Amino acid sequence: MSKVIKIRKGLNIPLSGEAEKILQLAPRASSYAVSPADFHGLTPKMLVQEGDKVKAGTPLFFDKYNKDIIFTSPVSGTFSLLVRGDKRRILELRVDPDETDDYVNFGIKEPESMTREDITSHLMKAGLWPMIRQRPYSVIAKAGMTPKSIFISCFNTAPLSPDLDFVIKGQEASFQKGIDVLSRLTDGAVNLGVDAIHTTSEAFLKPRNAKVNRFSGPHPAGNVGIQIHHVDPLNKGELIWYLDVQDVIIIGRLFEKGIYDAAKIVALTGSEVLNPRYYRVISGALIESFAQKNIRLQQDVNIRTISGDPLTGKKIGSNGYLGFYDGQITLLPEGDQPELIGWLTPNLDKFSYSRTFLSFLMPGKKFRHNTNIRSGERPFVITGLYEKVLPMDVLPMQLLKAIMINDIDLMEQLGIYEVAPEDFALCEYVCPSKTEMQTIIRDGLDVMIKEFS
Amino acid sequence: MKLLRNIVDSIRPHFGKGGKFAKFHRSFEAFDTFLFVQGNVTRRGSHIRDAIDMKRTMFFVIIALVPTLLFGMWNVGYQHYMAIGADVSFIDQIVYGLIKVLPIVVVSYASGLAVEFLFAELRDHEVNEGFLVSGMLIPLVLPVTTPLWMVAVATIFAVIIGKEVFGGTGMNILNPALLARAFLFFAYPAYMSGEVWISGTAEQLDGISGATSLAVLASNEGHMLPSLFDMFIGTIPGSIGETSTLAIILGASILVATGVGSLRIMLSVVAGGLFMGGVFNLFAVNDFMAVPAYYHLVMGGFAFGAVYMATDPVTASQTGIGKYIYGVMIGVITVLIRVVNPAYPEGMMLAILFMNVFAPLIDHYVVQSNIKRRLRRPVKAQVTI
Repeated sequence: MSKVIKIRKGLNIPLSGEAEKILQLAPRASSYAVSPADFHGLTPKMLVQEGDKVKAGTPLFFDKYNKDIIFTSPVSGTFSLLVRGDKRRILELRVDPDETDDYVNFGIKEPESMTREDITSHLMKAGLWPMIRQRPYSVIAKAGMTPKSIFISCFNTAPLSPDLDFVIKGQEASFQKGIDVLSRLTDGAVNLGVDAIHTTSEAFLKPRNAKVNRFSGPHPAGNVGIQIHHVDPLNKGELIWYLDVQDVIIIGRLFEKGIYDAAKIVALTGSEVLNPRYYRVISGALIESFAQKNIRLQQDVNIRTISGDPLTGKKIGSNGYLGFYDGQITLLPEGDQPELIGWLTPNLDKFSYSRTFLSFLMPGKKFRHNTNIRSGERPFVITGLYEKVLPMDVLPMQLLKAIMINDIDLMEQLGIYEVAPEDFALCEYVCPSKTEMQTIIRDGLDVMIKEFS
Repeated sequence: MKLLRNIVDSIRPHFGKGGKFAKFHRSFEAFDTFLFVQGNVTRRGSHIRDAIDMKRTMFFVIIALVPTLLFGMWNVGYQHYMAIGADVSFIDQIVYGLIKVLPIVVVSYASGLAVEFLFAELRDHEVNEGFLVSGMLIPLVLPVTTPLWMVAVATIFAVIIGKEVFGGTGMNILNPALLARAFLFFAYPAYMSGEVWISGTAEQLDGISGATSLAVLASNEGHMLPSLFDMFIGTIPGSIGETSTLAIILGASILVATGVGSLRIMLSVVAGGLFMGGVFNLFAVNDFMAVPAYYHLVMGGFAFGAVYMATDPVTASQTGIGKYIYGVMIGVITVLIRVVNPAYPEGMMLAILFMNVFAPLIDHYVVQSNIKRRLRRPVKAQVTI
């Protein structure tokens, strides 16, 4: 076995509401949606009109600046509503589903006998290309490039995140097929990151056409950015692609069955869920359709619904939809109640990375964490703290400051290409100055994109 | 709680736009956030945030200062009554110290916070918590005999010139509390050295020198030095909070246990001091050079500076390796100034201020080494992105 890469820095935030390993089939949702906002920097151009009938795999819109990248419907039905926001920005395309799915047939294919171009155009036609994202910049992979390697993280460490060993059960063949496809797209390796202790699935531990890298340690060890940094660090001018396990499975299905089968296993988690567990749903499903009866409703408690994990997910309303890349829904209590001299009280029920709350005396306790921000934003004061939760050879505060002063050379020198907002989520979490670090990193990446476009 | 919340909410409109006291809305906000952690929720980025905030961080530094404050108060009384030869109870000593020290603390906070609030209103930003700590540090590094008006002048000088001109909390280059002391040290030297360490009227103290251990050594009278035990416990003359190494170790353990203070800096300063002291021991030609290196740790403001001053995260080096260099240099320079410079028997204040200025330079080189490390990595496949 290869050696274990030990991640020593980081933090597991102990939240209550982890999903029990029970898989439930979610009823067919009353509505499905694709949100262009899930894809950073995308300008969508519509291909359908309200009222059009669509199949699972019918193109809905495409990227104005990369016309080959199209986005398809996850279900068959009627494209019923185009939701627009400020300045007529397209927020959501809603599809009212038929009773059963009717699929566009893309044809069963053998990746081994296809060229790189064939595979690329096949993925694009089916609307699965957006599942491949790239570093630097953490956006949809630009077509026509060859990455030096491809990374797939096969374990999650984010708070309450789904157990991928459980998720992949019964889908091992599709996953392997997906890897076979991806291995044709790079001259380097397809790297799977596994947990040295907890990963059990053979599909992750003994794949064909892929290299297995073993990691141990707390969050963010499961972040693909951390794994890249330790296995095959990204230098200026280099390109790496990465995908989520469930998206690899969906790509595998396309080649096995010739259809866009967007079925996913989603963990419904969080302290405000009655029975946290896994559901089999179709990508883009209305959350209500399976979560409604499983929510702990209390008087005076507002609930935040998050598509994704609590650190990086997207806030959606109670009538929101599952995000394109997400395999987790988290329900947390809103922290919208003022708390009398809360900065002073011992507070047994609040979690903190520092040991300034008495709760640190109770290791193993799971917390019902709310969304209160606890303070106004302050300048950077505390030093040496962010480094403790960022297992990269990157100076977090110096990089953030470089972005704030918009110094492109310095950003580049300090490693902007290697990072993504999600890698700074823990830094943002522990920050006593309440700096909006993920937003800053995203802004920095956007500046770099602009600079080189 | 509801009642209090309702009262605050009911007066809020007066401080809002168009209200009678709209000019003071930052002050109102400061009091409001002091009373309540607001019901503000996350909007962007991480949905959950660590429960810690600046107020709590600063508050724990103040808790860590309490042992030195309490001991300092008692020691003021103890030194006074010992000097005048009166044998009084522990309570009397405490009461005397309280009467002498409390006004200094009050003046320091009042003058400093007034400036902070003024700038918050002028610049329209939230009142920052930084001064909560500085306001307590300033009294603790002054002789108890410092006139109150001097405390106020020094504090205002430190907050304006040391902090606000740079943009406020988090932007300053020099430690504000030390700057206040340095200001007095150079502006009113007569009040900062000599026979200032013991409180009492001139008649009461006639003929009692009350020299600090450092002054004793500077005048090459090593035999007059208090015992190591006394210096460790702190029953010696000195600035209000600096005398008791024991109380400071207690405070340091609070800072380290809660994760608020940097153990790395504290230990580096100690290591630097011991090293330089050891070097002088080897070439000792006078009492100051001959005094065992570890004596430096318990004399004067060494321990206080190492634990509470050098660790100020804003003015210290901000990188991991930088903190070691910064700390060691403070220790070395402190002992160097003490032993070699005849003008200033105490070196801690100047050493920290000096290294405050150099901290960005240290960080610069640490950052450059990070950049070089990144550039040295082998590049595999260049593409045009």
